Amino acid sequence: MAKVPVQFTLNGSEKAEFIDSGTTLLNVLRDKIGDTSPKGGCHQGTCGACSVIIDGELRLSCLTLAETCNGATITTTSGLAEGGVLHPLQRAFLDTFATQCGFCTPGMIMAAKVLLDHTPDPSREDVVEALSGNICRCTGYEPIIQAVLTAARANSQNAA
Amino acid sequence: MAIRRGRGVAAINYPTGMNLGGDPTQALVHSTPTGNFMVTLSSVDLGQGMKQIMAQICAETIGVPTDRVVVDTADTDTGPHCMGTFASRGTHRAGNAVIQAAREARQVMLEVAAEEMEVNASDLETDGQGNILVKGAPQKSMSIFDVALSAHFKRGRSISGRGMFLIPRSYPEKETGAMKPSTCYAHACTVAEVEVDDETGEVTVLTVKNVFEIGRALNPKMVEQQLVGGSWMGISHALYETTEPYYPNRDHGGTDFNQYLMPGPGDLAETEIIVLERPSADGPYGAKGPGEMCANPQIPAVANAVFDAVGVRIDTLPITPERILRALKAQASN
Repeated sequence: MAKVPVQFTLNGSEKAEFIDSGTTLLNVLRDKIGDTSPKGGCHQGTCGACSVIIDGELRLSCLTLAETCNGATITTTSGLAEGGVLHPLQRAFLDTFATQCGFCTPGMIMAAKVLLDHTPDPSREDVVEALSGNICRCTGYEPIIQAVLTAARANSQNAA
Repeated sequence: MAIRRGRGVAAINYPTGMNLGGDPTQALVHSTPTGNFMVTLSSVDLGQGMKQIMAQICAETIGVPTDRVVVDTADTDTGPHCMGTFASRGTHRAGNAVIQAAREARQVMLEVAAEEMEVNASDLETDGQGNILVKGAPQKSMSIFDVALSAHFKRGRSISGRGMFLIPRSYPEKETGAMKPSTCYAHACTVAEVEVDDETGEVTVLTVKNVFEIGRALNPKMVEQQLVGGSWMGISHALYETTEPYYPNRDHGGTDFNQYLMPGPGDLAETEIIVLERPSADGPYGAKGPGEMCANPQIPAVANAVFDAVGVRIDTLPITPERILRALKAQASN
């Protein structure tokens, strides 16, 4: 079968791949490009581990066909750190022990980033709502909620 | 019809490791030419943090900073023998094996240093920062970096050690059935407060207060993390999770995350964790296995709280609205 060309911007750099039609963005990111930060948990859109940001919106890369991403701007967790400096969300997840096995962490951070991009000073309820599409088996969620609130406070202090 | 409040308490003992025919774990430790230490295991880090704990245990025993230790795990083809990561046994079994291996490696390290410094090995001590000192005369010292270089390139010594920890099989006495299924127990007590809607059968957990006795907490932040997550998982077992609600009949069993329910970030109870440290006699630096224990006491505590709230005993998990309503109906007809 003929390959389909796709081009998009991933974490600031241009990517171009020839893919089989029907390939998910998750598989293209992980297997073709080698960005393994989005995780394949359920492959049916119920766990949130594969979450990425496409043109500013939180999307499930396991349910997104890569060919629909032509010209899109995509952000994954591996694109958040600048040089050796972690993103405030990554810093907060580390400092508050909000990861344990780590499998859900990239998806959680993507969901939290979209929240903070739109709502820089979220309430606890805002954070709970934003994370409610992501499943975690280790932490009991409370440390993750605290990490997002901590990152929001760090952001507002840096802005002030 | 009303929302009724109840409170329940439960306490548990939980064994560390298992006893099905002997429970061994083996560990190997060796130094690199530059005085870093390698711990080789077949035990698995599932995300619970075993690599960190084994690095701490090795570093503490040899007398170097934790970042000088590298832990290599989980190749059962080539690594030393381990029964596996289960039964909350990892820290206890592998930790004891690492201590034994690290002690042997430390002894060789001190012997090499003694030859270099022309002193008796028993007169040497480590400072925990990567140096070996003469007891009482700390101005006479040598870095472990230099000791390892000497061992590798001058003395032809292998700074290495072997460790094996075994809990032997315990057989029951024929007359009494008495046996020793475990050598080490962790303990916990939980008080849960719930609200039960006696019209819908729905249970809301308001607060969970837990006390955990876990031996010595080798890494207090990681212990806290495990206990907070475990307390949540206990609520999940009590009220939500089931693979086969009509076990052994497979009908209506969950097949994905949409049907296999767990509490989400919006369903969290106010949770309190208190840690009691009573070092175990046979644990590595007094540690026990808190891993699975911490997800258990919430289950009977919630069941007792439901009884306190609406007067029905639910003896099948999970405690679903359906089971509560059926029990209330049976109670009303009696």
